[in-house]
Amino acid sequence: MSEKSNSVDLAITSSPHIRSKETTAKIMWSVTVCLIPSGLVSVYAFGISVFWIILTSIICAMASEWLFNCYLQKKPNSLMDGSAVLTGLLLAYNLPPGAPLWMAGLGSFVAIVFAKVVFGGLGFNIFNPALIGRVFLMASFPVLMTRWPALSNIDAITAPTPLAVFKDGFSRSNVLNPIEIINYSYQDLFLGLRGGCIGEASVLALLIGAMYLMFKKYISWKLPLSFVATVGIFTWIFGGSSLLRGDFLLHILSGGLILGAFYMATDYVTGPVTIQGQIIFGIGCGIITSIIRLWGGYPEGVSYSILLMNMVTPLIDRFVKPKRFGDK
Amino acid sequence: MKTFKGGQHIDGFKHLSREMAIKTLPLPSQVIIPLSQHTGAVCEPVVKKGDMVKTGTLIGTSDKLISSRIHASLSGVIKDILEYNHPILGQAQAVIIDSDGNDTLDSAIVKRTKIELLSKEQLLEIIKNAGIVGLGGAAFPAQVKLNPLKPVDTLLINGVECEPYLTCDYRLMLEHTNSILKGIVLMQKIIGVETVIIGIEEDKLEAIKLLRNKCVEKKYNIEIVCLKAKYPQGAEKQLIKAILDREVPSGKLPFDVGVIVSNVGTAFAVFEAVYNAKPLYERVVTVTGKCVKQPSNLKVRIGTRFKELLDFCQGFTQTPGKIIMGGPMMGMSQYTDDLPVIKGTSGILVLSQKEVQEFSQGADQSCIRCGRCVNICPVGMLPYALSLCVEMNKLDKAAQYNPFDCIECGACTYVCPAKRQILSGIRLIKAVTR
Repeated sequence: MSEKSNSVDLAITSSPHIRSKETTAKIMWSVTVCLIPSGLVSVYAFGISVFWIILTSIICAMASEWLFNCYLQKKPNSLMDGSAVLTGLLLAYNLPPGAPLWMAGLGSFVAIVFAKVVFGGLGFNIFNPALIGRVFLMASFPVLMTRWPALSNIDAITAPTPLAVFKDGFSRSNVLNPIEIINYSYQDLFLGLRGGCIGEASVLALLIGAMYLMFKKYISWKLPLSFVATVGIFTWIFGGSSLLRGDFLLHILSGGLILGAFYMATDYVTGPVTIQGQIIFGIGCGIITSIIRLWGGYPEGVSYSILLMNMVTPLIDRFVKPKRFGDK
Repeated sequence: MKTFKGGQHIDGFKHLSREMAIKTLPLPSQVIIPLSQHTGAVCEPVVKKGDMVKTGTLIGTSDKLISSRIHASLSGVIKDILEYNHPILGQAQAVIIDSDGNDTLDSAIVKRTKIELLSKEQLLEIIKNAGIVGLGGAAFPAQVKLNPLKPVDTLLINGVECEPYLTCDYRLMLEHTNSILKGIVLMQKIIGVETVIIGIEEDKLEAIKLLRNKCVEKKYNIEIVCLKAKYPQGAEKQLIKAILDREVPSGKLPFDVGVIVSNVGTAFAVFEAVYNAKPLYERVVTVTGKCVKQPSNLKVRIGTRFKELLDFCQGFTQTPGKIIMGGPMMGMSQYTDDLPVIKGTSGILVLSQKEVQEFSQGADQSCIRCGRCVNICPVGMLPYALSLCVEMNKLDKAAQYNPFDCIECGACTYVCPAKRQILSGIRLIKAVTR
């Protein structure tokens, strides 16, 4: 035995000699899978065209990743790490159900190339790529991006989102009970029978996926909770006809808050690394979202709040550090 | 349940060997005894080629304060004194002894009586003469540790064994319970403390129960604390934090916060040295790994070659890819099995070629800042930041992240989903900025 074992190559490395089974790809693909229920609800609610939007967005994201990251820069194949697919999916989820396919493709291209590859690829981007894609489209095609089809009837260009209705009412300051004029009940908002972006359709479906991610410890519940709770508290205080009269449930259940809080604010790359930092990040997102929703120019503020907090992430990481062992 | 902040349970594979009672390895025909097996000064040989020695005869000593004596682990003849493979140092001077097959004990090894009459100084002298070192891993000379420069109020006994795979301390606690407790009482007397606490992880419930019962039975004033099974619970500073909620700052030692930490194996060695006048010439070693045919806990003579232990365990079921001295988290990989067991050898772990390949797959991807390394770091560092400093070749920026706080437990590297060599990077930073 001894001659034999001496003749084989024994690997010499420094410790540790074992690794956990988690990989970047496993995490990315898990998030992707956890987003599927929400997409299914959306297809059910708005029709099959939603599926084509999602598919186009993912394919364009992967093509851009391959062309600009792998082929032109000769970097190792990064398609299988799942990050491009996830970006494409999230971008699609941020589009209205009636968006034209070219817009989905263009958004993905911008997200991957201008928000990720130019910064150095996965791990080096400052902003959430999917949100950059969305904001680019919002700035470039504001009409197309705010054309909300009615449920199961993509062609009807009516049916504004609950938040848009609310905003309209709130700015006129005569809404006593916004939930009554938006034509949706809280149950509708929760289950997903309402107008809005593709991925915003069902709070329930999003939460099911998020539960799994939290169970696997891929995301911490602290960041989404601090985000959602801040929006709730802020809109409760300031969102009504007088102080402490706001309809916080409406704000929590509508718009992209749940999608943003659980799936985009929790992006590892663009958020703080410490749990304390993530809570600050969540609170910051919540405050900015509420301000935009109540007093800003848009009915929806989740995307901008996350992008603005992305900018603050390095600062948070600089000041919020774990307690050094042995320090008082 | 008590624990520290950070860390994570790591699947232990302890089941491979935890039910295997300690077996005594047949006497080897030759032993290689390195003259440096401890933290501190290398010993000078006090024997020469051709000398006859008995089991337990002194063969190496040093007049330096921090050093530990070396004894023959066999009776026989000194074949040579030369440079030989060493599991930590690579190569080191070693005394080679050919066995005469009789295992004749040195005349000094006789059972002591009237132990209770021995003074603190006498006990320390006995421990020094027996060449006892900390058997938890660092192999620090015991007579130095047990005679601290500052007053201490607590003796902690480390029965945690948080390294995956290893089970030698667990078996020792089960099979030599009384001896360990007697050894602990001796250490208690030497240090002169009231409070003695043994820390054991929750997954070693049998050992906890057994020790608790014996303490009640013999009316020992020793507390046994059940700790959460979490790596690196057995690291000295983390153990102190978990049990006493005291933090040893970076660069300081346990006695700076009034504590001495000692391993259960060391307590057993102290017992043997004091009661049986037996120097430290043998220890229990866990030989394990999924590709080892019969994982075992073996009592072996210091200086026995690794390959004799592996042969006794009936060799391998798959091609070995890595031989590690110690556990998989902090152990050192070896290039050969022609190496002697030394005082600090707690285990020999063999990973198959397949396992080695699996663990090295997809190494060094981009950091996605997931924060796992930050959450797990038991000393509150930012391992990813140091890793990025190395990647960006900005070692001068690394100092602000306190690289010298690192206890090199490897937890950050274990959890990294991008499979980055974080700890290697931190070691590099330490080496170049030292």
